[in-house]
Amino acid sequence: MNAETAVAAAVPAIVRHRWRWYEALPWLAAIAAFFLLPGYLAFGTQIAITILFVLSLDLIVGYAGIVTLGHAAFFGLGAYAVGLLSIHADWHEPLTLLAAAGVVAAAGGALTGWFLLRYHGLTLIMLTLASAMLLHETVNAGAAVTGGYDGLTGIRIAPLFGVFDNDLWARTYYCYSVGVLFLCFLVVRRLVHAPFGLSLQGIRGNARRMSAIGYDVHRRMVAVYTLSAGLAGLAGGLLAQFSAFVTIDTLSFARSGTALVMLVLGGTGRLYGAFFGVLVYMVLEHELAKLSPAYWGLGVGMVLLAIVLLARGGLCGILARLARR
Amino acid sequence: MIEATASILFDGVAYAMVLFIISVGLSVTMGLMKVVNLAHGAFAMAGGYVLVTATTVVGVPFFAGLAAAFAVVAAASVVLERLVYARLYEAPELDQVTACIGLIMMATAGAILLYGPTPQTVALPAGLTGRLDIGFRQVPTYRATIIVFGIALFLALWFGIERTRLGARIRAAVDNRHMATSLGLDVGGLFTLVFAIGSGLSALGGGLAIEIVGLGPNFATQYLVLFLIVVAVGGLGSVRGTFVAALLLGVCDTAGKYLFPQGGSFFIYVLTVALLMWRPAGLLGRAR
Repeated sequence: MNAETAVAAAVPAIVRHRWRWYEALPWLAAIAAFFLLPGYLAFGTQIAITILFVLSLDLIVGYAGIVTLGHAAFFGLGAYAVGLLSIHADWHEPLTLLAAAGVVAAAGGALTGWFLLRYHGLTLIMLTLASAMLLHETVNAGAAVTGGYDGLTGIRIAPLFGVFDNDLWARTYYCYSVGVLFLCFLVVRRLVHAPFGLSLQGIRGNARRMSAIGYDVHRRMVAVYTLSAGLAGLAGGLLAQFSAFVTIDTLSFARSGTALVMLVLGGTGRLYGAFFGVLVYMVLEHELAKLSPAYWGLGVGMVLLAIVLLARGGLCGILARLARR
Repeated sequence: MIEATASILFDGVAYAMVLFIISVGLSVTMGLMKVVNLAHGAFAMAGGYVLVTATTVVGVPFFAGLAAAFAVVAAASVVLERLVYARLYEAPELDQVTACIGLIMMATAGAILLYGPTPQTVALPAGLTGRLDIGFRQVPTYRATIIVFGIALFLALWFGIERTRLGARIRAAVDNRHMATSLGLDVGGLFTLVFAIGSGLSALGGGLAIEIVGLGPNFATQYLVLFLIVVAVGGLGSVRGTFVAALLLGVCDTAGKYLFPQGGSFFIYVLTVALLMWRPAGLLGRAR
């Protein structure tokens, strides 16, 4: 907590929102990957989707200080919204479907957030976890509509803008996902540097004091929870469109947990933590987990402990400290 | 109908006792130090594996294996408490959750590396297999033993917490740690002791649970939710609350799974969300 305050104090609020040259790097890298790594675009699409999901998690965990173990619920809501609309409502246009996924997930976020965000600490963590599991079990039990444990197959998605179809090398969906991620990132970046975002950090620091100086803490928490849920829904919707099926583990506890792991690895409350964390985690997992899943788990576990005990702030925190030397 | 109800009740109570034995230490330690210890299930899993090793590799009897599970895990937990948990007491929740996820991943990986991914079994002593005639019906001896043991443990812990000097200290520290420290209680030492006993009991529960819910490398994640739910619903730091919550959730979960196999664990989560929203501090926990 101290290190973060120091970082915040080192950069005055008035200039913190200004763009820096290095902020172009992720996007340049994404463009370069399109031309240089044509064989990896399907993997790149998954990375972009996961970054969007983890970025949405950073908004509530890193900025508002809401620890949740059930964020996959919103990812899954988005994914199932796309799947169910495509199969049962004969709706195949990708952009409007994606918007629907965002709206459904945001509605879920507003509804649960309104009830759950009155609670704190362990109770809140347990409530997010239990309500996500509840959704998981509901989908599992409603097999007639949702496909249950086997998931939803046979999703048909029309070509993007009526022109670009999903090709074998995932070129379309790579550009589509990175584009959606970029737009969402602009929104999130603008938001966290706006007074609203600063008030969230105030709530994370001391909710009672924020309440005492006149902020409606509950309303702000519900607002950011809704937005975060919507973004997670977009990520889920993208995955459903890209893979053309929805599995029940879009809703699983493992997905919520892994997202949190990637976020902590990259660094919370820093926007770019999601980029670093997801990229490093997924690339390493892609390469190492094949060799031995057990050693991979052991390694990730050790790194997580090391981050908590030695290097708070994750990869972004380490980079920031190096940069200041 | 009566037959089904009776067997659901009986299996549910046996399951509840396992939940109680595993969760009670978690409840008291979380009440004491306010650490969200997601990794508690890993202690139960470790206990299960120690029991398996002790009975098959070393060849000691079942009950000696259970004692070994308790002792080994309690001793290991003291080391872990000093190295890791002691540094999390004042940390933000996110750090606590992250460290615990790290511990769970390491425990799962360790279990796979040492024992492989296949579920383990343990041979019960001859006296515990078979069925027991309790007058009006026949019940499995093992489950009946667990129920008796669980109730005895509950009474012993309850007496220990409510009637002994050590119990009074623990209650004081749970209620108000700073005040207890000011009055000269060694809360840190108390916590290490409680942590060791709690982890040991969890290991004992993990060993007893093998026959009922199985034991595999994913045990810690698979049942994590259930243990936490028992603790959160029961109320932090309350032995009585944990007992009541374990009974409630154990019986409901068993009934749900018997009557609606498709619904899986649906009921237990509905119950949890409802109970927590009604009483955020748990059934018998005190609002803070």
